[in-house]
Amino acid sequence: MNEPVISMKNIRYAYENKQVLNEIDFILPKGAFMGLIGPNGGGKTTLIKLILGLTKPSQGSITLFNEPIEKFKAWNKIGFVSQKSNSFNKGFPATVYEVVSMGLTAKVGYLKFFKHKHKSKILHAIDLVGMSEYAYENVGNLSGGQQQRVFIARALVSDPELLILDEPTVGVDYENVQRFYELLRDLNKNQHITLLLVTHDTGTMTEYATDIACLNRSLHFHGNPEEYKELTEKDLSRVYGHPVNLVTHDH
Amino acid sequence: MLADFLEFDFLRNTFLTGLLIGVIAPLLGTFIVVRRLSLIADALSHVTLAGIAFGLFVEKKFAITFITPLYSGMFFSVMGSIFIEKLRSVYKSYQEIAIPIILSGGVGLSVIFIALADGFNTELFNYLFGSVSAVSRNDFLSILGISVFIAIIITLFYKELFTLSFDEEHARVSGIHAKRIHFLFIVLTALVIAASIRIVGVLLVSALMTLPVAASMRLAKGFKQMMLLSIVFGELAVIIGLITGYYLSIPPGGTIVMVSIIILLLSISLKRFRYRTIKVRDNNEH
Ligand SMILES: Nc1ncnc2c1ncn2[C@@H]1O[C@H](COP(=O)(O)OP(=O)(O)OP(=O)(O)O)[C@@H](O)[C@H]1O
Ligand SMILES: [Mg+2]
Repeated sequence: MNEPVISMKNIRYAYENKQVLNEIDFILPKGAFMGLIGPNGGGKTTLIKLILGLTKPSQGSITLFNEPIEKFKAWNKIGFVSQKSNSFNKGFPATVYEVVSMGLTAKVGYLKFFKHKHKSKILHAIDLVGMSEYAYENVGNLSGGQQQRVFIARALVSDPELLILDEPTVGVDYENVQRFYELLRDLNKNQHITLLLVTHDTGTMTEYATDIACLNRSLHFHGNPEEYKELTEKDLSRVYGHPVNLVTHDH
Repeated sequence: MLADFLEFDFLRNTFLTGLLIGVIAPLLGTFIVVRRLSLIADALSHVTLAGIAFGLFVEKKFAITFITPLYSGMFFSVMGSIFIEKLRSVYKSYQEIAIPIILSGGVGLSVIFIALADGFNTELFNYLFGSVSAVSRNDFLSILGISVFIAIIITLFYKELFTLSFDEEHARVSGIHAKRIHFLFIVLTALVIAASIRIVGVLLVSALMTLPVAASMRLAKGFKQMMLLSIVFGELAVIIGLITGYYLSIPPGGTIVMVSIIILLLSISLKRFRYRTIKVRDNNEH
């Protein structure tokens, strides 16, 4: 197995008194395209907050790129699209170009200005998600799915080695979800970006991901899509805590 | 009409100072408005009043002249901004509660210092509503210094301030020191308020920071454009307001704010008008 990009050992986490994550041992190998699934409230977003250092575990240790998270400084190696990206203030007058440029702010660094090469990078990222036509429109005037693509461009513009996406395809139409997964596969295969994707869309995801993990308070499954497909309904209802119908898409 | 402003020294100081704050108030105002912190500007202006009252008090009672009301106002304002940040981190899920606490604290202190300084006088009146004749050469030079400082800091930290204003979580994740940048921002706000009070007055300073922004928000494409347009509107309001205030003998705070409101109303109706013409055109095409 490749060296781990993220490794979490024996993690516990509680909001005030509410235990949310229990004994999580989690490894994301370099080069993986991991789909993280689980029921609402299962702790997926919380796990990501821990990885991003937005909050600290009550117990356990986290390593990013072989460095303990407490010492980790190279945050620009990680791109992130939040579950609530879309709940930004819609009246905020920022163009698509301006929003994507934010992805470079930290990388360019304090007391430095955007240069020509940064500008072309920004335009390239916008092009990558197919939003060139809207580059100088206010982002608040775009549709939800278009906004989501802008946030993905913002995460990509800094050339991250690890891209974390928390339910990025909510509100994106079917055709664009397909395009989006194609884009992710391309980033993973050709640009060698490690991906961690939270989604409820298990059907499509199993076709693209190389690894799948199921999280419901603790990690119930971690394997490849073939192994996942072999899980019986009984196994899955254990993960989800209630009976589920296996949804399979055949296109 | 401008002749008087160019001829008389005291008017020239006022006019130049007005031009400066017409830039810096909307410049910071853009960040304040998009971050929904407009009320913080109000709270800080009242703390500044306490500082000014304190300055007037020591000036009068102890004949200490090196603590001018401008400096003591600035000092109180910056202290108030630090205190607001403390309160906001204590009351995490009710951050706006910091505003009434600071605002009432500021007014309370002001009342005390005003009373100690033997009550209300014209000078205080000037600080409340602004004045065309109150700006000394020294005030102008101090405010010039502050304005240059603010413009440099904003230019240097523009991309961080912008990123932080749009999405704090993302800014933090990407490795920006959100707390420090925010702190810098709030201190700059305090300085702008203290600098603007000579011209627009305590009660109306937050208007000059927010109204031009509100007017340009509806017209601009993108953040930079909004910033530039706010400055244009801010300058217009200051210039027209100062001249009419002077000729009608009205404190300029009042006239500047009323001009800002007229600009705001014009921008709203311009937007409506544009929207309607597009609709009519669409209907004709169908
Ligand atoms: N800020 C918070 N304070 C208290 N409890 C919280 C907070 N955020 C989340 N929780 C609780 O933690 C649990 C896990 O939430 P989390 O957001 O991690 O779930 P999730 O797997 O991302 O769910 P979803 O699929 O709905 O996004 C939930 O039971 C939720 O109620
Ligand atoms: Mg979630």
